Amino acid sequence: MIDAAELRRRTQELLAAHPPADTGRLDFLHARFDAGLAWVHFPEGLGGLGAPRSLQAVVDAELEAAGAPDNDPRRIGIGLGMAAPTILQYGTEEQKRRFLRPLWTGEEVWCQLFSEPGAGSDLAALGTRAVREGGGPSGSSGAGGDWVVNGQKVWTSSAHLARWAILIARTDPDVPKHRGITYFLCDMTDPGVEVRPLRQITGEAEFNEVFLTDVRIPDSHRLGEVGDGWQVARTTLNNERVAIGGMRLPREGGMIGPVAKTWRERPELRTHDLHQRLLKLWVEAEVARLTGERLRQQLAAGQPGPEGAGTKLTFARLNQEISGLEVELLGEEGLLYDDWTMRRPELVDFTGRDAGYRYLRSKGNSIEGGTSEVLLNIVAERVLGLPAEPRTDKDVAWKDLAR
Amino acid sequence: MSTRPDLLYSEEEEALRAAVRDLLTDHCDTAGVIARIETDAPHDLALWKTLADGMGLAGLLVPEDRGGQGATHREAAVVLEELGRAVAPVPYLTSAVVATEALLACADGGEPLAALASGRRIGVLAVGLHTAPGAAFATVRQEDGALHGRLSGIADAAVADVLLVPADDGGLYAVEAGAVTLTPQTSLDLTRPVAEVTLDGAPGHRLGDAEPAVRRALRAGAGLLASEQLGLADRSLTEALRHLKDRKQFNRPVGGFQALKHRLAQLWLEIAGLRAAARSAADALATGEDTDVAVAVAQAYAAPVAVRAAEEALQLHGGIGMTWEHPVHLYLKRAKADSIAHGTAGAHREALAGLVDLRAP
Repeated sequence: MIDAAELRRRTQELLAAHPPADTGRLDFLHARFDAGLAWVHFPEGLGGLGAPRSLQAVVDAELEAAGAPDNDPRRIGIGLGMAAPTILQYGTEEQKRRFLRPLWTGEEVWCQLFSEPGAGSDLAALGTRAVREGGGPSGSSGAGGDWVVNGQKVWTSSAHLARWAILIARTDPDVPKHRGITYFLCDMTDPGVEVRPLRQITGEAEFNEVFLTDVRIPDSHRLGEVGDGWQVARTTLNNERVAIGGMRLPREGGMIGPVAKTWRERPELRTHDLHQRLLKLWVEAEVARLTGERLRQQLAAGQPGPEGAGTKLTFARLNQEISGLEVELLGEEGLLYDDWTMRRPELVDFTGRDAGYRYLRSKGNSIEGGTSEVLLNIVAERVLGLPAEPRTDKDVAWKDLAR
Repeated sequence: MSTRPDLLYSEEEEALRAAVRDLLTDHCDTAGVIARIETDAPHDLALWKTLADGMGLAGLLVPEDRGGQGATHREAAVVLEELGRAVAPVPYLTSAVVATEALLACADGGEPLAALASGRRIGVLAVGLHTAPGAAFATVRQEDGALHGRLSGIADAAVADVLLVPADDGGLYAVEAGAVTLTPQTSLDLTRPVAEVTLDGAPGHRLGDAEPAVRRALRAGAGLLASEQLGLADRSLTEALRHLKDRKQFNRPVGGFQALKHRLAQLWLEIAGLRAAARSAADALATGEDTDVAVAVAQAYAAPVAVRAAEEALQLHGGIGMTWEHPVHLYLKRAKADSIAHGTAGAHREALAGLVDLRAP
């Protein structure tokens, strides 16, 4: 078993063999991956050592202290948080060896082609079609041939930067919707892939629409069995929620920070009404922070609680209410907005822009990564054990569903 | 533990919870509590004796060398969660927490402290239950060692053996219950009734200074009350869930309707928050770190959640929830009274305005 001391020893060995000061960034990242210190909980040979995930912090701290470059994880969050765990769980040996290393180093950026204009909360109703040419007949599990994909995806962040995408598409319209989906790894440089920025209410375009026209995907880039795509996608989506809910915050670390600062620095803006509302939200933000901290302590102690299901719900609501209060607090300035210029930001920084931006951007928090309405259903059914929603779509072929 | 409070329950704390819950399951069912509150003796002194004396829980906050168990607020909080769940009519918060903390703050608290810690006697701080930590409180007149005056809203005074009475000379006095006149007040929460205490020349023994003792006692009371409110809220949710899974209307379990599922899920989220806030306050009281803020946050959050949980439980039970026979009114009355006890949520938010520098206009 690999423990913290052994990881420290291996990290020092890596640093000695590849001193960050005299090693190129990519060379260092390659060496780190090959030493199994990229993500220690991954298997040996794939950037890890099969060590407990909690020990990653040991490696990260040693490398940071030595001034080693990192893989800029915020830029490649979809690859790290969603594509990688799914490829690890469902990929062939060949796929794992081909994709995981450049994914982790950031040489190849990944995006996610899941949501469609007609399939949001009901993602499994998606209509992008993948039809097999050559090889076995569509719907059979035999290997070989190419898949030809047609359809439209939406809300795709990083699509304009991505080399690869995780994609789910319908391969069998004649069976109920959850059973006719297959999961693919899609080459974003294929001539049939067209990426268009999707301008949002903040003025910028964080996301894209992606149009797929006769995109060819070799069967060797299928992840999991034909028709098992929904099962595979659940792995991806579960990891998405882990990624969204996992940050550790100091007191006043979130949206409440800028409002509290403005309140302290600008007494002329204060009113009694705003004071009551601010204090109430401050308390709620602090309790949300403590709840997140408690969840992390439970995970660290190996006793994960169901509270994780609720973290995103609470943060979405608080972000919206707090930023709404902030705009109001600013009075005349609240009538202004910093910049409506259409841009395509690589990173989203909620607190880096003005109150109006925060107010508008946080409206998405209760929609992206599972709407609050769907998450409340999940809490009610999986945590509280209440009856599931009545379903009229489970035993009907996808092609016969209302749309 | 200096930067992050321990928000979990230890194995020992879970064992303590299980022991208290077992006892309450056997000896404190809600039908029994409802029957008891209709009598002149709503307190369950047999249950109290088992908890305090038999299990040694009255002395959790008292060091061993002063006759107690030498545990901390974390353990007392777990006991209060369970007592809150059962709406148990025992003077734990008043005697084993508030009066005990007042005595711990006093130079001369020794002998009454040991008596409270052992469970031999019940003590009550004669400060109105509504009083927030740091707020002004009523006093009686001290004249030649005798005390004169009237104090109202004193919780659990009916079962007190000794009252801790603040006087106008700045002292806190121990007064035997036999030396005062107790007039029960018809209380909203019959499981923690309040009474008026009249002193007409009652002899008192000066324990120490009232102001710091009362402040300390009310802060601990407010902080640990959040755990009682957590137990109460959690029980309300549990009962509502049980009912909604069982009750059928329109040929379906009522709990399958999305409008209700969302309300219960929302309540569950708030209770998860309350659990973190209550653990934070208990831990801060135990370690002495960041205590004022942690207590104020917990109290500013707890009362609205506990009240809403009880109100939701009542509404979601429909007509049966309005009956005297059904226990949901016990939760509602306790939750509403708790929302006033040791300062309203608004009073604690106001305290925070000063503590975290978010000043009023």
